[in-house]
Amino acid sequence: MKRLWPLLLVATLAAACSDSGGGGGTASTPGVTGSEILVGTHMPLTGPAAAGYSKIAPASKAYFDFVNAAGGVHGRKITYKIMDDTYNPATTQQVVRELVLQDKVFAILNGLGTPTHTGVLDFLKTNRVPDLFVASGSRSWDQPDKYPGTFGFNVDYTVEGKILGTYIKNEQAGKKVCFLGQDDDFGRDALAGYEKILGPVAAKQSYVTSNPNVGPQMGALKQAGCQVVALATVPGFTALSLGTAAKIGFKPQFVVSQVGADLTTLTKQLGPAAALTEGLVSANYLPLATDTANPWIQLFKKAHDQYNAGAEFDNNVVYGMSVAYLFVQSLQAAGQDLTRDGLVGAVEKGGFQGPGLVPLRFSADDHSGYGGEQLSRVQGGKQAYFGTPYETDSEDGPVNAYTAAPAAPPANGVPAAS
Amino acid sequence: MSLALRLTRPRQVTGVWALAGVTLILVLTLILPPFRTYQLATVGAYLCVTAGLTVLTGLNGQLSLGHGALMATGAYTLALCCNAGWPLTLAFAAAILLTTAAGAVIGLAAARLRGPYLAGLTLAVAVVVPAITSTFDDTFNSDQGLPVALEPPPATVTVEQWQAWLSWGGALITMLALTVVVRGRFGRELRAVRDDETAARLAGVSVARTQVLAFVISAACAGLGGALFAVLSQSVSPGAFPLSLSLFLVMAVVIGGLGRLAGAVWGAVLLVALPALAHSVTDGIEAQRLEGNLPLALFGFALIAVMLAAPGGIAALRIPWRRKA
Repeated sequence: MKRLWPLLLVATLAAACSDSGGGGGTASTPGVTGSEILVGTHMPLTGPAAAGYSKIAPASKAYFDFVNAAGGVHGRKITYKIMDDTYNPATTQQVVRELVLQDKVFAILNGLGTPTHTGVLDFLKTNRVPDLFVASGSRSWDQPDKYPGTFGFNVDYTVEGKILGTYIKNEQAGKKVCFLGQDDDFGRDALAGYEKILGPVAAKQSYVTSNPNVGPQMGALKQAGCQVVALATVPGFTALSLGTAAKIGFKPQFVVSQVGADLTTLTKQLGPAAALTEGLVSANYLPLATDTANPWIQLFKKAHDQYNAGAEFDNNVVYGMSVAYLFVQSLQAAGQDLTRDGLVGAVEKGGFQGPGLVPLRFSADDHSGYGGEQLSRVQGGKQAYFGTPYETDSEDGPVNAYTAAPAAPPANGVPAAS
Repeated sequence: MSLALRLTRPRQVTGVWALAGVTLILVLTLILPPFRTYQLATVGAYLCVTAGLTVLTGLNGQLSLGHGALMATGAYTLALCCNAGWPLTLAFAAAILLTTAAGAVIGLAAARLRGPYLAGLTLAVAVVVPAITSTFDDTFNSDQGLPVALEPPPATVTVEQWQAWLSWGGALITMLALTVVVRGRFGRELRAVRDDETAARLAGVSVARTQVLAFVISAACAGLGGALFAVLSQSVSPGAFPLSLSLFLVMAVVIGGLGRLAGAVWGAVLLVALPALAHSVTDGIEAQRLEGNLPLALFGFALIAVMLAAPGGIAALRIPWRRKA
């Protein structure tokens, strides 16, 4: 009999835990009340991918605070719950379950990472949670038939690979091109893009974020005589690759994916070796943080100074605010009677004008985000665009210049109800 | 008095316990909100592993720092089988069988080793998981891991209830099987080998055979637990089975109490409750960056506190007024 008490304790413990569940949410639409919208995200605030990326969600939150101070969206304030998943897919499973089942968020916004977010697609679909503007360029987000609630944001890695590959083909003609990518859909999609333009690369290597060492990979690329190295890497591993190459006296032209090429982040990571970024070629689809003449940068800087002043203003902040701006646009379009289906429908209707250099492609049968990029180069310690933006698809379509001018932001900085 | 009761009518006592457990779990799954039900399911999956580990470490005296890797073996086997279209029951059977085989191989080597050497060998097994998944990335898909294709549960129950019943079904079978095993002749052999190998040998007990069997049994339990984890998260990735998981498992069974299977229940509850506690402590305040390390610290504190207050673990704690009876 006396052995029964542990069991009783377990029962009371579980029961005690249970009443802390719930929170927010009406019977009709979880996470939405008359005065609040609760949205969640999973981000690598710590761990191997935290460098740079940990600044994205606080920047989004800062823009939401900016909008909330201006009265919110249809009278509702946006609450953004940020969960740290340390870029570990197993942890992402945990925190997303907590957001959906316990906190009952209305939607998941900008969940970061290819390996991490891929694992929660089915869970979010089963629970009918809108999964907006995933912070990754994997092509998995664009499967409207399989995952009707999931939408991308980033230019997909294959489109990016095709555009960067076109640069290599034209500007680095005849050189030996090699590839180092993350050992998941990020690396695979990027390599597919490069190879559509360039044909098979001379040598390819991969890395995993759980092993912070690219010595063998860089050694193999040097051995293969590579002159151009395309990187599909997160910022920490871009810095690691540049540093490792320099250590073994390997000096190729580096061409880097947008997600791993923010100069502020790389400079911080490389410390005294920051000069290694000189000449680095990348691409982006949002205005660069250093372009102070751009009206979007002026708007984001204003929101940043008011609500996110502790952080340094860089491309990660611009990215986080652009995502938040697009989310507010989507909420405005979804109207006063906010439902999950209504939000997904509003995003599918598309037609959003924002800070992007190229248009977003959202429609009922296209859930991918931005459709192109403009090339950038680091010169004299500054990252700047050159040439014109390009657009293409992730199949075999041509890479075309896109010349339409971007829209101007609204005067008060908050997108109007459409 | 209670000892005599246990020895004379063990079957009835076990039956009462099993019935109480089943009732409790059923009631809990019906009243708890979805997220708590999911955590309850996780406790069930952990219980399979901690029960096996209690038999190995507590009753047989062998230390394993590699049970996370055995769980990974079960999880990946289940994922590959399910994705190949096998029915869930067959996939579970395959997961348990393959992990048992892996356990036999490790157990054969382990039976020749003692103390730190045994810890070192099993540690190596735990460390090698991410390397295997990235070396054979065509099969295991590296850090990204594999999805697990599962049939949806019957429409009348929620996914979380289904998961809880599945994992507690597994836990119940594990606990019953282990109770029967450790109560009989084999259980006495386990303890004899733990207490004094020479004496056991003189009494006609095959030490090596007993040790290998203990490892195999606990590996089978870890395989079942790992497979349940694959079902719970509908995915497998090496990040779910880090070295720290193996260390957590050992800490949990030590805190829970090594001497008896009831300790495994405590260990399993702690494995879910302590990280959740760490999370709720950091929730809301600007300390999110602490979160990854806080559970480790909490486990450390719990270990120190329990070892000081109750060296036999939580399961050995007795309420004083009961002792007089």
